[in-house]
Amino acid sequence: MTGILQEMKTSISHQEIVDFLHEESELLDEWKLVEWADLFSEDGTYLVPPLGNPDADPATSIFYINDDRTRLEERAKRLLKKEAHVEYPHSTTVRNIHNIRIKQQEGNVIHVRCNFSTYRTKREVLDCFVGVNDYRLVVKDQRIVIQEKKVTLKLDSLRPHGKISLIL
Amino acid sequence: MKSYIREDHQKSEFSVHRSVFTSHEILEKERQEIFSKCWIYIGHESELPKNGDFKRKKVGGRNLLFTRGSDGVIRTLYNSCPHRGALVCRENEGNTKVFRCFYHAWTFKNDGELVGMPGKDGFSEEFNCDGSKNLTEVSRLESYRGFMFVNFDTNAISLDEYLGNAKEYIDLVADQSEVGLEVLHDPQEYSVRANWKLISENSVDLYHGMPTHKTYFDIKASQDPGLKKAVLEGKGIDLGNGHAVIEYIAPWGRPVAKWTPAWPEEDRAEIEELKNKLVKRFGEERAERITGYNRNILVFPNLVINDIMAITARTYYPIEPGYMEVTGYSLAPKDESEKFRLRRNDNFLEFLGPGGFATPDDNEALELCQEGYLNNLEVEWNDISKGMIRDEAQATDEEQMRSFWRKWNEVMTKQSVKEEVLT
Repeated sequence: MTGILQEMKTSISHQEIVDFLHEESELLDEWKLVEWADLFSEDGTYLVPPLGNPDADPATSIFYINDDRTRLEERAKRLLKKEAHVEYPHSTTVRNIHNIRIKQQEGNVIHVRCNFSTYRTKREVLDCFVGVNDYRLVVKDQRIVIQEKKVTLKLDSLRPHGKISLIL
Repeated sequence: MKSYIREDHQKSEFSVHRSVFTSHEILEKERQEIFSKCWIYIGHESELPKNGDFKRKKVGGRNLLFTRGSDGVIRTLYNSCPHRGALVCRENEGNTKVFRCFYHAWTFKNDGELVGMPGKDGFSEEFNCDGSKNLTEVSRLESYRGFMFVNFDTNAISLDEYLGNAKEYIDLVADQSEVGLEVLHDPQEYSVRANWKLISENSVDLYHGMPTHKTYFDIKASQDPGLKKAVLEGKGIDLGNGHAVIEYIAPWGRPVAKWTPAWPEEDRAEIEELKNKLVKRFGEERAERITGYNRNILVFPNLVINDIMAITARTYYPIEPGYMEVTGYSLAPKDESEKFRLRRNDNFLEFLGPGGFATPDDNEALELCQEGYLNNLEVEWNDISKGMIRDEAQATDEEQMRSFWRKWNEVMTKQSVKEEVLT
């Protein structure tokens, strides 16, 4: 681990990664969704695999979300429209991220993992989404960008939430 | 007794009393009259490909085991030990020769037979000679084209008779592959904070398509520059027995088999080939109906098969008057190419899934209806009249919902809806 961290320091520090993830959470909580989409690289993806099957194959399993760069931007823009009824008026959210750890660096791709708990309240009903985020981050033009964000929900089912209308 | 449904042909008005969405008493009666006597969808036979495969399912409020025994026979067993009642199987799915209750270690073969119990010398020699200590099997399990249903009422009519005219539409789905359909892994288990009947209505409601799903159609239009204005046109049909369908054309592509400009030009030939195979099997007219048209089928009371930009079988059950659990399955031809399978799955999660661009808005609409029913004492009736003035209902009319409600009323009150003149 020390070895990886030392290697990081030449490109990107642990603190910079922590700050980046906190900024992402803040953008989402403030509904700055277009800015959120801008955090992704041109080939960036955003995935929510099936519950209990985080390594599922999208050809044989139904994911909740399997967005390429185009669709994650469509998702962000859609949620800002009044006709995205489920999020109009916008729900109130708080995203907490914890246990941030750098798992690996392969070439210029840094694999970062953190736990999350995301609270959403609307019409006085509070739902809590918990799980683990796996990021593949790269540095491009002196800034960190997300090549892949995979959200593994640690839930038995989407009950009572009923949906993933938020960006997790 | 006060009537739940009012139908007035003179004024062309159809109303449903909103107490049906909020009353605990009515829900209790639904559990007895509907969920204990109607045919309820449990799963597709492709979910159990190998001997010993099992899936744990909650169906009609019961804890069931959907199993394929070592003898190859598909059965439905109650997941409850005959000894003290504990679940004998806790895994959601798997493959096993035996189920073993951990509490006192009674062991059952995968066909339900009791084959082991510690301290056997403490029981009489005749113990279980009558089979009463085996896992109980659900009295009726029947299949139509791979779609399997249970019925808890021994005296129920056959599934074939029950499905009636709905079979024609299930055929149009099942005929899409010569080698059959399969259910994909990882069904979506979600919920809606609303009454279960609202999803029966919603799933065959094309009228809400444009206003509720405008953002989805906007995204589709941006992918297909030729698509200025999406058109949803077709027929709404009462299939009898409470079943209903809408059959219509829509702007999205269908993996079997309608190409859209949102897909690469080079895939056009592959789609044409799929269609040509169907023409050879069924002739031009039926092949066009299978491939070019969409259908949302409602099988009374709680199965929806939407054959649209992907195929979903969706089933749901009320936990409370204002809360239901939903399970959404995806079905696809077993012999589908990986390219088209991925495209289908994309279509599915983009529109049908609870993380998509449409279903969450449906969920919201249903929950807002349920919230509105707080006003039931003063605002009592829902309106379901659209299209009553026409001889042939359009797909965006509400005839298919009226057929659900007429059957619901008949099952619940043992009376058909009486013509009433509204005052």
